[in-house]
Amino acid sequence: MAPAARMRLLKLAVIWVVLLTAPYWSAPIGGYPALCSRVVILGMAAMAFNLLLGFTGIMSFGHAAFFGLGAYGAGLALKFATSSTILAIIAGVLLGTIAGALLGALVVRRRGVYFAMVTIAFGQIFYFIAFRWNTLTGGDDGLRGFARQPVGIGRWLLDIQHNDILFYDFVLVVLAVVAGLMGLLLQSPFGRTLLAIRENERRARFLGIAVDLHIWLAFVASCLFVACAGALYACLNNFADPTLFNYNMSGTIVIMAVLGGFRAFWGPMLGAAVFVVMQDYLSSMMQNWMWAVGLIFMAVVLFFPRGILGVLRRRASA
Amino acid sequence: MTELLLFNVTNGLIIGAFYVLMALGLSLILNLSGVINFAHGGFLALGGYIAFTMQPFIGFWGALLLAPVLVAVLGLLLERTMIRRLYGRDPLYSLLLTFGLAFILQDFTRYVWGANGLPFTVPAFLAAPISDQLFFVTWYRLFMVAVVAIAVGGLFLFLRYTRTGVRIRAGTLDLETVSVLGVNVGGLRAYNFALGIFLAGLAGVLASGQLSLVPNMGDSLLMPSFVAIIVGGVGSLPGTLLGGLLIGLASGLVTLFWPSAADAVIYVIMAIVLLLRPRGLLGEEGMLG
Amino acid sequence: MKGPRLPSRRSLIKGSAAIGAIGALQLASPFIISARGEVPLRIGMIDPLSGSYAAVARSEVEGAKLGVAEVNAKGGILGRQVELLVEDSANDVGTGVQKAHKLFERDHVDVLFGDVNSAIALALAQVSSAAGKLHIVTGGHTDGITGKDCHWNVFRVCNTTYMDADAVTQVLVDKLGKKWFFLTPDYAYGHTLQAAFVKLLTKLGGTYEAALAPIGTNDYSAYLIKARASGAKVLIDLMGGGDQVVSIKQFTQFGLNKQMALGGALFELESIQALPANARTGWWTMEWYWNQPGVPHVAEFVANIRKGTGKTASARHWFGYVAVRSVQLAAERAKSVDGVKMARAMEGMTLPPDVALMPGTFGYRAGDHQLMSSVMVGEARNPPPGDNPDDLFKVTALVPGEKAALPVDESGCTLRYPA
Repeated sequence: MAPAARMRLLKLAVIWVVLLTAPYWSAPIGGYPALCSRVVILGMAAMAFNLLLGFTGIMSFGHAAFFGLGAYGAGLALKFATSSTILAIIAGVLLGTIAGALLGALVVRRRGVYFAMVTIAFGQIFYFIAFRWNTLTGGDDGLRGFARQPVGIGRWLLDIQHNDILFYDFVLVVLAVVAGLMGLLLQSPFGRTLLAIRENERRARFLGIAVDLHIWLAFVASCLFVACAGALYACLNNFADPTLFNYNMSGTIVIMAVLGGFRAFWGPMLGAAVFVVMQDYLSSMMQNWMWAVGLIFMAVVLFFPRGILGVLRRRASA
Repeated sequence: MTELLLFNVTNGLIIGAFYVLMALGLSLILNLSGVINFAHGGFLALGGYIAFTMQPFIGFWGALLLAPVLVAVLGLLLERTMIRRLYGRDPLYSLLLTFGLAFILQDFTRYVWGANGLPFTVPAFLAAPISDQLFFVTWYRLFMVAVVAIAVGGLFLFLRYTRTGVRIRAGTLDLETVSVLGVNVGGLRAYNFALGIFLAGLAGVLASGQLSLVPNMGDSLLMPSFVAIIVGGVGSLPGTLLGGLLIGLASGLVTLFWPSAADAVIYVIMAIVLLLRPRGLLGEEGMLG
Repeated sequence: MKGPRLPSRRSLIKGSAAIGAIGALQLASPFIISARGEVPLRIGMIDPLSGSYAAVARSEVEGAKLGVAEVNAKGGILGRQVELLVEDSANDVGTGVQKAHKLFERDHVDVLFGDVNSAIALALAQVSSAAGKLHIVTGGHTDGITGKDCHWNVFRVCNTTYMDADAVTQVLVDKLGKKWFFLTPDYAYGHTLQAAFVKLLTKLGGTYEAALAPIGTNDYSAYLIKARASGAKVLIDLMGGGDQVVSIKQFTQFGLNKQMALGGALFELESIQALPANARTGWWTMEWYWNQPGVPHVAEFVANIRKGTGKTASARHWFGYVAVRSVQLAAERAKSVDGVKMARAMEGMTLPPDVALMPGTFGYRAGDHQLMSSVMVGEARNPPPGDNPDDLFKVTALVPGEKAALPVDESGCTLRYPA
């Protein structure tokens, strides 16, 4: 095996060992299972978002829309249609993906600031739908009255409903699937094309690549995985509410990706861990904690534009 | 019915005028510097709060003039120290920076003035209807429209007839050439940023007379302003003006028939515009992506 | 939650030896190693300290802090000092639920308080009942909390919306007439509240029209026009918090205060404070008011709040205070801080005068766990110069909670204790 490949495998092993044991080693230092699940779920969302930012060079500021749709899709399915957590997650993914496909078609020809501006407004569309459609979504009170259900595998029944650590493990299984699929996607010729678009869109166009189509496909894929994270988020809280669609959610997804390092596949997960834990800590420490979160945003932009992994890599190569 | 229709049209234009004030400030900054200023709502609230604090000393009129200036100075300071560093980089960064700044401004406001709403008072003669028949048109609303008209008129005259104004417009179209011609682009952008923030502060003072003066008062006004810009066309100030009035009018009309869709309708309009005319009503192809 | 609770919770962990070992490691986390008597009693409080409800949420926390200080000064609860862990729900359900998990799983709190936001309160109740801990909802008003969504472990200090509506209706009809126009927030809470009013009004032979306004509306002119065109004598403004402030501000600017009377259910001190002087009018309810001459202990409480915060005590301060003192009373009655035992002890428990801080004897109703405090009905006022600038309300009637609330069998609540 080539050293580079071996190195990559080693890194992967370390990441998964850290993730798998997180509920245990984090407990003595102030963690708890629900926080671990939250980190992984939001990290998954940030990684999915990063398909666009990091690997296609497109800046979407509306991924809360698809995260929220995933959550509502799963919640509605559990409430009205199915008692299978897995089917519910699939329902959420479908809802988010379809919406992503439709809205993606609207913006696919925009770039830069314009793309960001329009996607910001996407979240608001669904915010108002969730907010106003009382009878279905529960409106401002949120979607309530559903709970994730135990998952059966063969004759085993995993009680992810009541056991928070089992639920965390379940989230990790989904993460493995999602990360695997995203990895395959990026390794494929399709992924290489996205990188080409990121590096130089004009050249890609001259080479005869259907740039808009590729960006659209990347957008849809990104929405699919973000919706999956959203569906898990609904299962985590047994709840979905309109604030999921708020642009603050989109901002959180973006900052997690940038904070961790958006040029690295696992960077957003690292960013999510740092950001979520920091926010959790700060908001317990003081009443006025928002300014501190604001400072994180500004510090990242001004001092760590390549994120934590970016800094580490530069250290390593220097 | 005719009367109601007439009313809702008038009313929609009044709301629209307000969105215009907010959106023009955003648009100015976006066009010249490529910065989506998420902190605009924070500056707006700050304008209201500063006016509230100054009012007992210099009266409503003094506060109306001075509060936006102070907010603009703060904006200038922040531009010089931080936002300036991000010009020419991916818009991602300026967006995240102003996003964080919005948090900080809101928390700062809450820290200084408290979380509870404050009773901002406008002069008694403004806070009254113009007639018993037209009770829904208060002098204050007319006054708001007048202020917006003056501000917008002044802005367009400024951009057309002053040297700085012409440079700002030229910079919007082709910053490189302007820079090559020996214009101090950095200074121009700072100036322009402060101008945009001034408009936010002004909108804040005006809004405080109508709405509740609370630290997050800008939140609900920010999104419609974004939509106004998209509908009008990114890069076009007349477009922003048109977009603001249009969505104000639309939400006014929809309120008449279907109140719960009044907010949603502006996003429907946005979607339609994006479908039929992706660059926005008055936007030009190729500008800012 | 759907489905029966599976008994296999622990046994599943033990299913695999490896996981079992790690489970043991979990139990050794540092928070539960010391003996019970030395550990402080922990109360977790989740409230939206940032966001739209920040002002009232912070008042609740201040009230709770005063309660904790008093209890600790007198030797704590069952000999244990009380520790209040305050968490910000940021007015967001996901954050609120996460904070609840944090408080239960990591900090091992014995009691949970919160939230101002009814939606979050309901979501927290799911978590707290599963955790088996006492939960006091300090300031979420939706009927369901002690109605169809009630839980065995959940008690509520603030009123139900129905109580507020019921208490004020008779006064509104007597003072302002029977022709009403409702301005109602367009979501579940608003619909329930309006329905309650309508039921009471029609019983008294009144008529009404209504407009539903979305939450967060910035411009109420369209609705106010309809109100005037309807010829109604009184505008019943049911909008909440900031929306109420904005709508009343515009109502006054339109000069409608000269043509119509104004009234409604809750009008909190924090909201009246946010309005300009000429807009402080109308007939409303208060859940607790600071200026109650002659009522024992009230002046002392108000002075303590002022000393600690510089503010005039509002109903929200009282909510937080009552919640803490209720825990104390319940624990002492039950001689335990066990969730089930304390919940049983709180049922029917009446509040002594130094906790009630208002006339009358009342407590938590056994059937639905709702506090039966009296509803104060009165008129908003603008204090003349020389008066206390925060004396913004004049209480004219005190309606006993039992009279204002729906009977238990109509509340929709069925309490199911864990087996």
